[in-house]
Amino acid sequence: MIQGLLGRKIGMTQVFGATGEVIPVTVIEVGPCVVTQVRTRDRDGYEAVQIGFGEVLPKSLTKPERGHLAGAGRLVRHLREFEADNVEEHTVGDVLNADQFASGELIDVTGTSKGRGFQGVVKRHGFSGGPRTHGQSDRHRAPGSIGAGTTPGRVWKNTRMAGRMGNRRVTVQNLEVVEVLADRNLLLVRGSIPGAKNGLVMVRRAVKAR
Amino acid sequence: MSQQIIAEIESRQLKSNIPEFRVGDTVRVGVRVVEGSRERVQEFEGVTIRKRGGGINANFTVRRIASHGVGVERTFLLHAPRLDSITVVRRGKVRRARLFYLRGLTGKAARIKERR
Repeated sequence: MIQGLLGRKIGMTQVFGATGEVIPVTVIEVGPCVVTQVRTRDRDGYEAVQIGFGEVLPKSLTKPERGHLAGAGRLVRHLREFEADNVEEHTVGDVLNADQFASGELIDVTGTSKGRGFQGVVKRHGFSGGPRTHGQSDRHRAPGSIGAGTTPGRVWKNTRMAGRMGNRRVTVQNLEVVEVLADRNLLLVRGSIPGAKNGLVMVRRAVKAR
Repeated sequence: MSQQIIAEIESRQLKSNIPEFRVGDTVRVGVRVVEGSRERVQEFEGVTIRKRGGGINANFTVRRIASHGVGVERTFLLHAPRLDSITVVRRGKVRRARLFYLRGLTGKAARIKERR
């Protein structure tokens, strides 16, 4: 059994649960993923299954890339490696679909969060900003003090300040698979996942539930 | 493409037997309530003061005056499986989409003309 697959975020909606309660869900298109390479302990020093996902035109790939994918039988845009219980179960060219997951299972979803651009400390780090009133000017969203005086005489590394926000790798753990629509390769997952619509996501069996 | 997939998932859950009713109409809503192990239908009757949203998220708010003149408003999801039935008791003639002005009115002033 492979521990994860690649997918594409479709968007969010809601479904009704067994008792009629509303469940907010994110729809993820998982697969078809094709096995492109099997890493073995003998040859590579570790065990993993490399899979590919996403349609792509031949001209978008370099000749080495096309050569690498020749055995897989189809061209793919994205490649990632995942652990597997037994890598020998998988051979190059196998196609893995959303039915690898079952409803009720817990998963971790990794994606690239939406880029927010250059943001201040209030939005980026949740600072409170300054007072709204009492004669304040230009202090409403200011960070306040960024350190002491002569000692240490500099600003500490990693002090939270304004800067680029988002567009980084984010993992959300322990999301419940509400439903698997195997015929459409769709997964309905309770809650939100990182990234924009159509963004690439890695869907893995929850580390904490293994 | 993505929107189509979402619409497809939502359309599986939409009800087809919803009666046509408008803001201003007095409706009787049957809500399934679970009491212990039993399930029964509880009715809630009042004036529809708001309809909002579309698709699976479409919902409406019903206002009624409970005992002691206390106003009670309940919002229902139009397509919720817990919503058993909607019966139009009386059709009202109103000139706004949101009847929030009823909150400030009581008794005779809060009446709504009947639509024929």
